[in-house]
Amino acid sequence: MSLVARHLEEAGIPTVVVGSARDIVEQCGVPRFLFTDFPLGNPCGAPYDVAMQSAIVGMALDLLESAKAPRTTVQTPFRWHNDDWRRDFMRVDGEDIDELRRLGEERRAQQALSRRE
Amino acid sequence: MSDPIHPDHRIFVSYIDKSREYYTAQGYTNPYRWAYHQDAPFVPLRRALGEARIGIVTTASIVDDDDEPAPFSVPRVVFSAPTDPPPERLYTMHRSWDKVATHTDDLESYLPIHRLQEAAAAGRIGSLSPRYYGAPTEYSQRKTTEADAPELLRLCREDGVDAALLVAL
Repeated sequence: MSLVARHLEEAGIPTVVVGSARDIVEQCGVPRFLFTDFPLGNPCGAPYDVAMQSAIVGMALDLLESAKAPRTTVQTPFRWHNDDWRRDFMRVDGEDIDELRRLGEERRAQQALSRRE
Repeated sequence: MSDPIHPDHRIFVSYIDKSREYYTAQGYTNPYRWAYHQDAPFVPLRRALGEARIGIVTTASIVDDDDEPAPFSVPRVVFSAPTDPPPERLYTMHRSWDKVATHTDDLESYLPIHRLQEAAAAGRIGSLSPRYYGAPTEYSQRKTTEADAPELLRLCREDGVDAALLVAL
């Protein structure tokens, strides 16, 4: 998505990326980035939290007006209700290493199948 | 709300580190090379936000109503679809969001069309584009920059989009 933002911006359309994977977006380098420190999936606000979603959309729109230079990142003030996801997402530890290897085999088989279709 | 984040720790998760370790553990041998640029383009908004037409781009996909496709079988294509009425359902399972911690049942949490319609009704923006746009997440950065991004630009221009929100799941 960051590469698309760069392309639109280069063509004269101002963009703001709204997301939760800060390192990936900032490594790519985008004009404007609104960051919410949530588990991946709800970068525009927690499900069914209309007030939060309005605030985040409002901040994204504000950024279109206020940014003065590329690579402008603004972080929203919201926090997820716990921090377990920071550790648990894509977790790799000794106990589940066989299971991860099995998932990898399964994933490669699906990928090979989709390439043949 | 949990306690404030401890300032001794970097607070945000590194998905570059996490995904590298995760896929290495799955037996993939070449770590993904994430896009990296030192600079970034920038153009200012050329008209007042209250007069501007805003477009929105998602990484979710449209599939047939009763379809639960295998993640790798979803066509990797750029698409556009009406914002009015907003979609009731989109397919997201092929994207690597956190399926344990959360869900994507509320489309407004990643494609806030209603929130943008409210912003238009309140005069905060001029209008919401009549269509929203879908961008596939591609392993190939070349396909994104040489095929998908130019097609998304064409769609945005066709709809007179003045500025765009791009929301990655």
